[in-house]
Amino acid sequence: MKNLVILGAGTAGTMMANHLHHELKQPDWQITIIDERNEHHYQPGYLFLPFDIYTPDDIVKTIEEFIPNDVTLLKRKIERIVPTENKIQLKDGAELNYDILIVATGAKIAPEETEGMGGKEWQKSVFDFYTFEGALALRNKLRDWEGGKLVVHITEMPIKCPVAPLEFAFLADSFFKHKHMRDKVEITYVTPLSGAFTKPKATEALEHLLHEKGINIESDFAIEHVDNENKTIVDYGGREIPFDILVTVPTNKGDALMERSGMGDDLNYVPTHKATLQSKDYANVFVIGDASNIPASKAGSVAHFEAEILTENILRYVKDEPLKEEFDGHANCFIETGGGKALLIDFNYTHEPVEGSFPFAGIGPLRLLKESRMNHMGKLAFRWIYWNVLLKGTHIPFVSATMSESGKNYN
Amino acid sequence: MEKTIAGKTIAVNEEGYLTDFSQWDESVGKELATEANIDLTPRHWEVLKYLQKEQQNQIALSIRRVGKSGVVDIKEFYSLFPNAPLKTSTKIAGIPKPASCI
Repeated sequence: MKNLVILGAGTAGTMMANHLHHELKQPDWQITIIDERNEHHYQPGYLFLPFDIYTPDDIVKTIEEFIPNDVTLLKRKIERIVPTENKIQLKDGAELNYDILIVATGAKIAPEETEGMGGKEWQKSVFDFYTFEGALALRNKLRDWEGGKLVVHITEMPIKCPVAPLEFAFLADSFFKHKHMRDKVEITYVTPLSGAFTKPKATEALEHLLHEKGINIESDFAIEHVDNENKTIVDYGGREIPFDILVTVPTNKGDALMERSGMGDDLNYVPTHKATLQSKDYANVFVIGDASNIPASKAGSVAHFEAEILTENILRYVKDEPLKEEFDGHANCFIETGGGKALLIDFNYTHEPVEGSFPFAGIGPLRLLKESRMNHMGKLAFRWIYWNVLLKGTHIPFVSATMSESGKNYN
Repeated sequence: MEKTIAGKTIAVNEEGYLTDFSQWDESVGKELATEANIDLTPRHWEVLKYLQKEQQNQIALSIRRVGKSGVVDIKEFYSLFPNAPLKTSTKIAGIPKPASCI
């Protein structure tokens, strides 16, 4: 019997377990998934917690309920991968051999990478919303905050879901309007990029929205430290931005397991072939989702598209066939813009988000890069789709893993 | 598009970055530095050569990586190329603007 081991039971790892157990069956194959946690979190929901739109119950379920019965779930801490020996060492001393390994250990925030960020103001006036605890602490703060300077900040790229901080700024605008205190809050969006987003056409549309909502933007800001005494963030050029509440997206890093195993780059991401999702160093190791260093967005939709292509590639690898070089960096994201509206963007490695319709050319019903209520409904519906369709590895009708260029306005 | 730099016709993109590194030489670098209000010192040249070497080796450039390179720390990088050092220095070095990916 051969062993396929999946490290991480988050979005990407769970989808792979669900895809593969139909294909690699006992007694020929044993599939094992390892994750020390008990809970599976719908991470896009973290964005809604601070504004009391979702409650914790909406976004937390147990890991078990999404793992198929014939897949072994080990709730153990992983000490090290020994890729030269095809072996996993667990913290308790046990060892597991693998024939194929899938690394799906994700990415995490690392506030310790920036001086002062995890200091005495952490979760008092300096918050993150990329963790459950951070989003809840921020919710509690916002519930009775009386106003002042709200700074929404990105430390450095790449980050999980690059549009989430923009959505946070838009939702904050909407939240304070509802509370009739928007005039008491000054919102500033601070980014290391030259504009609101990485791609020119989307940047233009998003900056227009920031302007419309009276949100200031400070670009090209590479943070050096958080000054906890004076409540300011300071960049390497000496520029200072004061805050009463700082909502920051700290540096994102891959799992420290990669560092212990000598398999990561300087941010603990695993060097991965961007079209096949095979590790660059070990033929029987594949990497999916945020754990890889591929230049694609770190969003759940990307992991979803990757999972379809990776499943095919693993079956090809098992049969000793050449891998499909098909992953094109496809990402598809709703961007909440507040007031019950959202944008939708669809892009890949080579094509930036543009206007058009999705998923059907000329018909939609969703409009790309334009605010609409329908897009907002799509975003809210996505939570149901995530739990009931996406995690289970069921194909979402009409949405293909590789990007379609039809219905889009490229000039 | 094309632009005359240091008396030569050079292919650049809409943001002014060279699209063909073989057209770069030190006189082009000097003129691009002047446009950015920078007087190039030997320290600047060390950093520019390092960036070009990394680009040749297809290593994705980021402020973090430059800061950890041992060639220059981030503070000095900012003092050499103020405001947006990576964008300014890569333009002068004749290499593509780092994507900062997404």
